[in-house]
Amino acid sequence: MHTIPGRRIIMSLFLVFLLLPIYWLINMSFKTNSEIVSTMTLWPHHPTLQHYMRIFSDESWYSGYINSLEYVVINTIISVTVALPAAYAFSRYRFLGDKHLFFWLLSNRMAPAAVYALPFFNLYSAIGLFDTPWAVALAHCIFNVPLAVWILEGFVSGVPREIDETAFLDGYSFPRFFAKILVPLIASGIGVAAFFCFMFSWVELLLARTLTTVNAKPISAIMTRTVSAAGMDWGLLAAAGVLTLIPGALVIWFVRNYIARGFALGRV
Amino acid sequence: MDKTVNQKAWFLVLPVFAVVAFSAILPLMTVVNYSMQDTFGNNQFFWNGVGWFKELLDPSTDLGSRFFASLWRNLVFSAVILAIEVPLGIVIALSMPTKGWTVAACLVILALPLLIPWNVVGTIWQIFGREDIGLLGYVLNHIGIHYNYVANDIDAWITIIVMDVWHWTSLVALLCYAGLKSIPDAYYQAAQIDGASRWSVFTAIQLPKMNRVLLIAVLLRFMDSFMIYTEPFVVTGGGPGNSTTFISIELVKIALGQFDLGKAAALSLVYNLIILIVCWVFYTVMTNAGIERPQKEGVA
Repeated sequence: MHTIPGRRIIMSLFLVFLLLPIYWLINMSFKTNSEIVSTMTLWPHHPTLQHYMRIFSDESWYSGYINSLEYVVINTIISVTVALPAAYAFSRYRFLGDKHLFFWLLSNRMAPAAVYALPFFNLYSAIGLFDTPWAVALAHCIFNVPLAVWILEGFVSGVPREIDETAFLDGYSFPRFFAKILVPLIASGIGVAAFFCFMFSWVELLLARTLTTVNAKPISAIMTRTVSAAGMDWGLLAAAGVLTLIPGALVIWFVRNYIARGFALGRV
Repeated sequence: MDKTVNQKAWFLVLPVFAVVAFSAILPLMTVVNYSMQDTFGNNQFFWNGVGWFKELLDPSTDLGSRFFASLWRNLVFSAVILAIEVPLGIVIALSMPTKGWTVAACLVILALPLLIPWNVVGTIWQIFGREDIGLLGYVLNHIGIHYNYVANDIDAWITIIVMDVWHWTSLVALLCYAGLKSIPDAYYQAAQIDGASRWSVFTAIQLPKMNRVLLIAVLLRFMDSFMIYTEPFVVTGGGPGNSTTFISIELVKIALGQFDLGKAAALSLVYNLIILIVCWVFYTVMTNAGIERPQKEGVA
């Protein structure tokens, strides 16, 4: 691969630009509030774990993380499961309205969450799912299912058709072919799709906040509420922020070898 | 690769259709319903026809002026961040190390901002830019640049643009990197034999190969910046004044703040329509690019 002159400097500068605000957040989370407000220190002079202790000992705080992970996981499972057969269909067959359907799906990925906030509120209240992880998980399907179909379609198209035909000649039934042959072949694609569903569900706040009040409130919403109610507890806010970085960082670490291809949505 | 016609494929698509229809069509019907009615509270609704739409599209009314002002702001914002993020993303992708552990390290750090919840992104920059406790604001003010994103329009805009560049340039860079990785070495060797300059290698080999991924990048970045809500809302709350109130923020203000359901619904539909049109343009360009490519390479 050809690169450009001065690439080390450009890359280093950009990485510093990316990491500096994150470092500042981490730095603040280990300071006491008086140190944050009174002096400007580049690293914590009196490091403290008090903010983290408070989050881990207070259920209204740590339950937020559990709620968030709950709907993210439900959403990822639903999205990938329903998207798999559809991706196969779009990749292999032509059928009535296939192009329109694909476009319609894609357009839902692009629909602004703000438009759906209020109708979703009405819908999930009406069917009694309001304030449950299921409401948020289903609501997030509107952008994650199309995305999963799109990614998986790219990966399925990378599997030669001959493999399907050989399997059917060998007497594999369709479900058995699907489970035994296709799924293992596109395992990395499924990983990538799951990664993206996880990512977009994890970072979304507007719908998650609108659809929950108490029992299923996500951590990101708890952060905003506590801060506005109790004045500015900067250290606590920073610590809560740092803890939201961890699931993302872990997931990236697991998929690091597929990131490049994954971000191209299987279409390189 | 020709696909066979098989109407039974609908059965495979049915679950997706059901899930998305449940989340998309049902709520959209509610929106259409609201957009035609007026209410004086107490769940009493009155038929208003296209009244809200007329008001929305007439810049002389309050609603219309707010809509066009926020639409304009949003378009400027999208244009600016695309103009920064796309070239910068390409440069970053070209600057990626070629081998060793640094590749994985760079990829992980690049992807990090993408997995931070959007309101935490806002919080990070809200803190980082404050002159009393934030490194950026503190340093700027101490070297003599008066910077305050809460009070100054220009500073607020710069903060939000820099935040978006920080947040999303990695996506463009990772997409371009994936495109670059797929170029076979033979292309470069051929270019070397021909004595091609670095610039012509870029314009004749790398850029055409990145075409498709760049299109995806521009599509995703345009759409996501066009519906941006959480990050500017956390940092500036749409202010100072209305200077960073984008369409989504305006919409949520009208819908959940004032509970003006009719106006909000009309705005939602027009907003959705704009997105749909842009999406259709991109989709057409993208599928056409997909048809052209195999022919050019002779792999049918």
